Amino acid sequence: MEDNKNIRVVVGMSGGVDSSVAALLLKEQGYDVVGIFMKNWDDTDEFGVCTATEDFDDVVRVCNQLDIPYYSVNFEKQYWDKVFTYFLDEYKAGRTPNPDVMCNKEIKFKAFLDHALSLGADYLATGHYAQVARDEDGKIQMLRGADDNKDQTYFLNQLSSDVLEKVMFPLGHLPKPEVRKIAADYGLATAAKKDSTGICFIGERNFKSFLSEYLPAQPGKMMTLDGIEKGTHDGLMYYTIGQRQGLGIGGSGDPWFVVGKNLKDNYLYVAQGYHNEFLYSDALVATDINWVQPDQIEETFTCTAKFRYRQKDSEVTVTVKNNRAYVVFKESQRAITPGQAVVFYQGDVCLGGGTIDEIIKDNKALQYVG
Amino acid sequence: MEAIYLDHAATSPMAKGVAEAMIPVYEGIIGNASSVHSFGRKARQQLDASRQALAASIGANEKELIFTSGGTEADNMALVGVAEANKNKGNHIITSVQEHHAALHTAEKLEKQGFRVTYLPVNKKGLISMQDVEAALTDDTILVSIMYVNNETGAIQPVSEIGELLKNHQAYFHTDAVQAYGLIDIDVKEQSIDLLTASAHKIGGPKGIGFLYASEDVHMNPIQFGGEQERKRRPGTENVPAAVGFEFAAGIAMETKASRNQQYRHYKQILTNTFMEAGIAFHINGDLEKTVSTIINISFPGANVEALLANFDLSGVAASSGSACTAGSVEPSHVLSAMFGSDSPVTTNSIRFSFGLANTEANVKEAADRIARIVKRLTS
Repeated sequence: MEDNKNIRVVVGMSGGVDSSVAALLLKEQGYDVVGIFMKNWDDTDEFGVCTATEDFDDVVRVCNQLDIPYYSVNFEKQYWDKVFTYFLDEYKAGRTPNPDVMCNKEIKFKAFLDHALSLGADYLATGHYAQVARDEDGKIQMLRGADDNKDQTYFLNQLSSDVLEKVMFPLGHLPKPEVRKIAADYGLATAAKKDSTGICFIGERNFKSFLSEYLPAQPGKMMTLDGIEKGTHDGLMYYTIGQRQGLGIGGSGDPWFVVGKNLKDNYLYVAQGYHNEFLYSDALVATDINWVQPDQIEETFTCTAKFRYRQKDSEVTVTVKNNRAYVVFKESQRAITPGQAVVFYQGDVCLGGGTIDEIIKDNKALQYVG
Repeated sequence: MEAIYLDHAATSPMAKGVAEAMIPVYEGIIGNASSVHSFGRKARQQLDASRQALAASIGANEKELIFTSGGTEADNMALVGVAEANKNKGNHIITSVQEHHAALHTAEKLEKQGFRVTYLPVNKKGLISMQDVEAALTDDTILVSIMYVNNETGAIQPVSEIGELLKNHQAYFHTDAVQAYGLIDIDVKEQSIDLLTASAHKIGGPKGIGFLYASEDVHMNPIQFGGEQERKRRPGTENVPAAVGFEFAAGIAMETKASRNQQYRHYKQILTNTFMEAGIAFHINGDLEKTVSTIINISFPGANVEALLANFDLSGVAASSGSACTAGSVEPSHVLSAMFGSDSPVTTNSIRFSFGLANTEANVKEAADRIARIVKRLTS
């Protein structure tokens, strides 16, 4: 405790209950805690109201309860350049981006970490459900959050051990209900605040109308892979592989699903049945690979992987070549989505991850995006 | 670590004796100054004594002084009250781009209501030009509102010249003197000022009280409605203890004006000398010769406001920059944007330091050392 008072920890505070409790726990452990609110997006409406105002107000109330200093920092420009531009580019390419992964990589654990360090911080802490630990060689590794249901390592897969050296996840060992309980017991201003859902800059708004503000929608034909026209789609960017809702194809028989996109002809491919064979694949190629401990990675190894958040792990064999990973599934996988992250685990250790680029079946790339 | 306050332009601690002067009023003068009984009369006596002293401090007579809740209300009253009452004489208002938001946003509101507003530009020294005022003036102009001293740069505007220019014009002249009052000699009659805003908490008085001086010739509507206090110009029960505190603080400010100006100019020098000796890159926004003694606005090339201010605060030094947005982050200053263009890095690397009652030579030197160390670390 006594030693901790000379260790400055900057806590990234969103105004939510998780980061509030993270700050509380660090304060109770005697650290020199500084709370910082990040403003990444300006959604000020015609009445001059923006959601960041209310969130910052919650940060203020919590920090005053904890008697820690608080500041705000504006990363709107960096967020736009590094995250939002990527987000739009991926949609333009017919893929389904993961802005949270990119935000963690480029903003929270890069620009924001730099800012924290410039304030003399020894560590940056966030309310993520993940754990930082040292292996037997004393090297930093990232572990899943103890709460299986909340584990956020999927979104943190692009962090390296160099970055994690300077990071604390004070909630990593806690189940979420316990976090709520700590907040309630302490009477934190955010104890009963609803968890935020969805992509931060879209919030509760309608996704389709949000996207259409930035990208022109190009309606086109909805086709089966045999070339039978089934209707029209509103624009390829609005659909994700495996999606059932919103296709508007009724009739008898099994429900219809999105199974692919043809960018050249602006076709949305659809097929019938949840277990339709076109939704299944047996391998993928991932790019933008990050390994938490690159020197620990062999050329070929087996591990488990997640292809989307909160999915159960699946067994895979990974071959690494030229910063690409060839990932072969032990059991075929349904609706793998280009643009999403694939994240690798060895037991509870998160090894790293990448972006799903190609999806393969029987040694051929599927027409998920073509 | 000693916390050092270099943000007096935001608000000042109360001067010595002010609280003591207010306590007996809180405790002993219980009446409503508008009541027609002995308790009310006693309160009224105190209120009018304070009014008289404050009016005299700017060369006005007591009938011309309206107590308000502070500078913002006084600015609102001057702009809206005059515009509404003089609609028949014209539709045009002149102000400047660098006014305090209390005036600027009020002008924008009037613009939406149909008034035509000219926002005069400022030069790189933060000054408006008389040529621009003259050029903007029309037969339709009913009000010119130009701040006396800019709150971010300390730049002193050509108030007497504007007063002179408007002598033979129908337009009334309002000046927001919140950052000038108590530091610069003001005589509203000599300077032909028709309306003037002042605030107690900027000069060592209590928060929550200010005044608007409005010359007896000024036609002005009330902007709030209720009782008939303040000669029907500002309703609401009078805040007698605050008025007494304001009077007391103004008294001290007027008495010590010369010595404080000298002291604060010296503090500015300590700051800039320390920075020069430390070898950090900086430059002063504005012209030292034409700025008030209390305020200095400094640009630190290569640094950014958010990191500077947080670092200063963590090292115990309180300063400020522009205005915070509702989400706490620092908005680029509209004043520096007006001086240097909104793309200029100056708008995101400048800090306002302002001196006052909480400063001593020693704590200014200490603050300057801490600031220099931080700037060095952030820019090296």
